[in-house]
Amino acid sequence: MAHAADAAHADHHDHLPSFWRRWFYSTNHKDIGTLYLIFGFTAGIVGGLLSIGMRLELQEPGLQFFSNPQAFNVFVTGHGLIMVFFMVMPTLIGGFGNWFIPIMIGAPDMAFPRMNNISYWLTVSAFCLMLCSLFVEGAPGSLGFGGGWTVYPPLSTVGHPGPALDFGILALHLAGAASILGAINFITTILNMRAPGMTLHKMPLFAWSMLVTAFLLLLSLPVLAGAITMLLTDRNFGTTFFEPSGGGDPVLYQHLFWFFGHPEVYIMILPAFGIVSHIISTFSKKPIFGYLGMAYAMVAIGVVGFVVWAHHMYTVGLSLQTQAYFVFATMVIAVPTGVKIFSWIATMWGGSIRFTAAMYWAVGFIFLFTVGGVTGVVLANAPVDRYMHDTYYVVAHFHYVLSLGAVFVIFAGMYYWFPKITGYVMPDWIGRLHFWVAFIGSNVLFFPMHFLGLSGMPRRYADYPDAFAGWNMVSSIGAYVFFAGLFIFMFGVVYAFVRKERAADNPWGEGATTLEWTLSSPPPYHQFETLPRVIDTGH
Amino acid sequence: MRIETGRRSVTALSTAAVALVLGISEAWAAAGRPSPWETGMQEMVTELGQSVSNFHTYLVWLIAAICLFVLALLLVIVARFNESKNPVPSQTTHNTLLEVAWTVVPVLILVAIAIPSFRLLRQQLVPPQADLVVKATGYSWYWGYEYPADQGGFKFDSNMITEAKDLKPDQPRLLGADNAMVVPVGKVVRVQVTSADVIHAFALPSFFVKVDAVPGRLNETWFKAEKEGVYYGQCSELCGNGHPYMPIEIRVVSEQQFAAWLTEAKQKYASTEGSAPLKFATAQ
Repeated sequence: MAHAADAAHADHHDHLPSFWRRWFYSTNHKDIGTLYLIFGFTAGIVGGLLSIGMRLELQEPGLQFFSNPQAFNVFVTGHGLIMVFFMVMPTLIGGFGNWFIPIMIGAPDMAFPRMNNISYWLTVSAFCLMLCSLFVEGAPGSLGFGGGWTVYPPLSTVGHPGPALDFGILALHLAGAASILGAINFITTILNMRAPGMTLHKMPLFAWSMLVTAFLLLLSLPVLAGAITMLLTDRNFGTTFFEPSGGGDPVLYQHLFWFFGHPEVYIMILPAFGIVSHIISTFSKKPIFGYLGMAYAMVAIGVVGFVVWAHHMYTVGLSLQTQAYFVFATMVIAVPTGVKIFSWIATMWGGSIRFTAAMYWAVGFIFLFTVGGVTGVVLANAPVDRYMHDTYYVVAHFHYVLSLGAVFVIFAGMYYWFPKITGYVMPDWIGRLHFWVAFIGSNVLFFPMHFLGLSGMPRRYADYPDAFAGWNMVSSIGAYVFFAGLFIFMFGVVYAFVRKERAADNPWGEGATTLEWTLSSPPPYHQFETLPRVIDTGH
Repeated sequence: MRIETGRRSVTALSTAAVALVLGISEAWAAAGRPSPWETGMQEMVTELGQSVSNFHTYLVWLIAAICLFVLALLLVIVARFNESKNPVPSQTTHNTLLEVAWTVVPVLILVAIAIPSFRLLRQQLVPPQADLVVKATGYSWYWGYEYPADQGGFKFDSNMITEAKDLKPDQPRLLGADNAMVVPVGKVVRVQVTSADVIHAFALPSFFVKVDAVPGRLNETWFKAEKEGVYYGQCSELCGNGHPYMPIEIRVVSEQQFAAWLTEAKQKYASTEGSAPLKFATAQ
């Protein structure tokens, strides 16, 4: 079978499709992965510019750049939605997932290549709708939807009668459909297309992380789709799911949203866990410590992640028993997360570590994710969260786990796989310089937000009492530094393409044991026409 | 920008860093409002608030220790297990004792957190017998306070003071309101919270109070302020354009002053009584 396929494909090898066919009708997992990476980066720039707009406004008390707080709220909302749905998810899942899942499990492509194509283009369409939403009326007399990425009614129903949120809801529908199709594709690929000899318990951890993530997407996104459809009919067709005057309840929306929203945060961070594991193992020249524990910790995080949603809702008026349960369940998640942190440390312990740019980012991630994780334990405690809820402490917490967690891993992955994806070498100092700029910038940006939150500054405020001015100024300076780091990355990419230094098939040496390093850099247009056979390396 | 001199801000930064490490939080706090360069919670004026604030200080110690432990391990790794110091990597991938330890120890730490946490949660959510009930209603974008019939039976609106010249000397910008909610010191005050349009949140940091004002629901919270003074909070659920402009100002006064205020308020707000019925579900 494999041989027959080999012969049939041999003459295709050097005949790439035309530019239009290759990039617009693409069914090749690597091309789609590249498209996703470019798309995610572009969306990240848009989302990043929105946050720079916010930090400019918050640099000083009073309104300087926005005519009113509503316009600022539109930026806040756009930043959140774009970063979650169009930057982190497309990059980690669509980009790295598409590129490396088939290769890592020894498959020639994804299970459903055409569905892969439609996932991508639905995501792009969704992004266009999301951008349209910024330019049509939302709240009376102002453009865009300014109700936060959580889209709570009644602010998102009676508060924004204009079509902006209808565009937003349809954008989320398309992005959600794209993600569900992508999730089905990943699950099918991982369960059915592993190379001979690659049992689930020998599968690379990135594949494990994507498998768990895909299940989370498959189970949580339909709930979001239901919730925002109810919102759509409440807005346009006179239903009253969330409208108390018709017997509905706005809190129902919050339950539905967070039943999706909490798994969503693990959807964003689990692929990052997988990538970090590979980088740590590669550059320590050691196999992953406690491989099975690492894999099942991710499964545990995924499962428990579904039963903790109301810790986002401690102030809505939940009963004592309900809050106590969610405190307990939420703290349970700290245990598998701790297992992962310590297993990464144990992987490095005794290693012979080569500190490349990717390794800088991965080690930085471990520390910063720990910081974000422990503030999560603080917030899990409902009696304390009573104070922190909807303050900047929460903003600091989730940016430590996402902006300094997921985003750090996105860059770690970029520097790690850059030679494999492009076939060119990027000088290592570029990634290390970028790391230091980003590390300092992001900490100066986000650490003071803990202080602002403790001091009582509420989130989503365009203007604040003068006492908060000091830390806001510091935070804004950090934002500019963090953003400036992006130019180092962009310079690095351009420089590598101009310099054209060819990358070796395996530039990282003996520690790089996953299958992508057995292929050429960049890999052939179709890989594994003869399926690789995985031999037992004895974990 | 409020940094007056470069040196001062550097000092403040370093002091803040030290304060954070030591878990000292009230260094510059003035009760009832945020202070510049504050690194901890506002000063608490309720007993329960103080207990939860102490619990938070305990958590800060705990999480700081965990972070420093992880940081120390990472620094040891960077120093000892780099390519030049340790050219031959070990191939250890299992250590059952270690793996059990890093599962069990976090569980024990979480138990040590959960026990006081559940106790405080119960105290927050099971209020004692109330001496006074006040109903706070969130509107876009101001608060309405209603004192029930046995307290005089009046209601009034509390708007943010927008003009700097109207602010009293002790009222910070964006925090001062024209009509404050007034309560007696040392009494258990139960606050019923609802909304007339979109969701708002009634928050007062120095009482450790925050509860959402949800249309169609009547939430409640309580506090017992131990110290007279003026305390400020801000709407804490995104509610649209005026979200930053609907502060909560609570004046805690002696019983005599409260009685005097009640008499005055009954007359002052009598004219508005009944003229502003609660606008449930008539948003906009």
